[in-house]
Amino acid sequence: MTIHFVVHDEGDSVGVVVVEGLKAGQPLTGWIMDQDKMIEFKAVNDIPIGHKLAVRAIGNGDTIIKYGIDIGRAVANIGPGEHAHVHNVKTKRW
Amino acid sequence: MGMDLKNASFEGWRRENGRMGVRNHVIILPVDDLSNAACEAVAHNIKGCMAIPHAYGRLQFGYDLELHFRTLIGTGCNPNVAGVVVIGIEPGWAGKIAEGIAASGKPVEFFGIEQFGDINTIARASHAAYRMVKHASKLKKSRAPLVDLWVSTKCGESDTTSGLASCPTNGNAFDKLWENGNTLVFGETTELTGGEHLVAARCRTPEIRAGFQAMFDRYQRVVEANKTSDLSDSQPTKGNIEGGLTTIEEKALGNIQKIGKKCLVDGVLDKAEAPTHSGLWFMDSSSAAAEMVTLCAASGYAVHFFPTGQGNVIGNPIVPVIKISANPRTVRTMSEHIDVDVTGLLQKRMNMDDAGEALLDCMLRTADGEVTAAELLGHREFSLTRIYESA
Repeated sequence: MTIHFVVHDEGDSVGVVVVEGLKAGQPLTGWIMDQDKMIEFKAVNDIPIGHKLAVRAIGNGDTIIKYGIDIGRAVANIGPGEHAHVHNVKTKRW
Repeated sequence: MGMDLKNASFEGWRRENGRMGVRNHVIILPVDDLSNAACEAVAHNIKGCMAIPHAYGRLQFGYDLELHFRTLIGTGCNPNVAGVVVIGIEPGWAGKIAEGIAASGKPVEFFGIEQFGDINTIARASHAAYRMVKHASKLKKSRAPLVDLWVSTKCGESDTTSGLASCPTNGNAFDKLWENGNTLVFGETTELTGGEHLVAARCRTPEIRAGFQAMFDRYQRVVEANKTSDLSDSQPTKGNIEGGLTTIEEKALGNIQKIGKKCLVDGVLDKAEAPTHSGLWFMDSSSAAAEMVTLCAASGYAVHFFPTGQGNVIGNPIVPVIKISANPRTVRTMSEHIDVDVTGLLQKRMNMDDAGEALLDCMLRTADGEVTAAELLGHREFSLTRIYESA
């Protein structure tokens, strides 16, 4: 079994792609590390290794949670399985 | 099961001041940029010594100059160094640095270039280097308990796999070393932004917490005073963003995994300041890789752990830098730079204790003399931290 993405904590809004060449529409196996649970998902976009996908619907202005902690805010609506990165997530600091 | 760290040991060199080193370098240390050429000529003449050229040392003043002296003296005092030849454009500051290094008890000689010229200085300093390499080659290794090994950490070219796996591997090893009573350090003040409350909560006493917070707040004021809207693509870096890190908060939370789950912060250090007791120290420092590793070496740390995601290639002239990566693309495309491959963590083929022990095993082998990837590839980045403009 290949793990395609990893989520730190089940309360997180994003997970991290850990394989190369992930394509839109591809069925994905995810591992929630802290609770040691597996989940199934579909990618909406092609997502490079290391980049994040939303694992729930995120509204414009919502806080993004990773490690169970605030890592910034959405600046657009992000649907489940969509690529979440600098085009739709910004820092709350600096 | 697990490694028995209390009974673990390594073979290195016991220095005059009691500290254990894991390398036996003779270094030719310039006081200033002007003396680099003479230092490099000496290192060319005499085999088995190493010049450490750098860009600074003229017209610095106040705290910036104090840090310059402390960093160079600390570099010379590092237990991985057997002896030092110091060369400056003039003998005053060269003598001051030599005197600071001599306090550690190791052999040191110094030379000024003015009134002699490069050629005469190179000849005199080459004779000194000749004697020093001869001396160093006769020093015998001895076995020491693991607790005598000082270990520093700083990560670089991080990505999301750093926070998922390579930094937690570092954290697992740090938890074990901390429980063993080793002397440890982390830093990267601005790269804690978004997770500074987590570090503050780990400080052992209110005094240490206040010291940490003052260092963090001071650095934030520097960023606030000088930032452009996007921090000029420096935090996160272009490489971080390519690797999937989006915000400084996300980068910081990954970074902080390096101090594990159990370690408490036992004290705070200014840049290049030597710790006064064992435990985990926080050093107020830049997050730039070469600057931070240079400062750790100047504080006396003998081995460095460097988790990387996208593949930072850094090394240090006197401290072996052990690189850890969990990114399968980096391990595939840049394998010659990676010492510890923990990609298995992301596919559940390896657990965190196994990964931490793989790192500790590599550390013990490195301490015993096995060369690191950075040493094999000749990475000797030595970068001095500057605080403000020269006068």
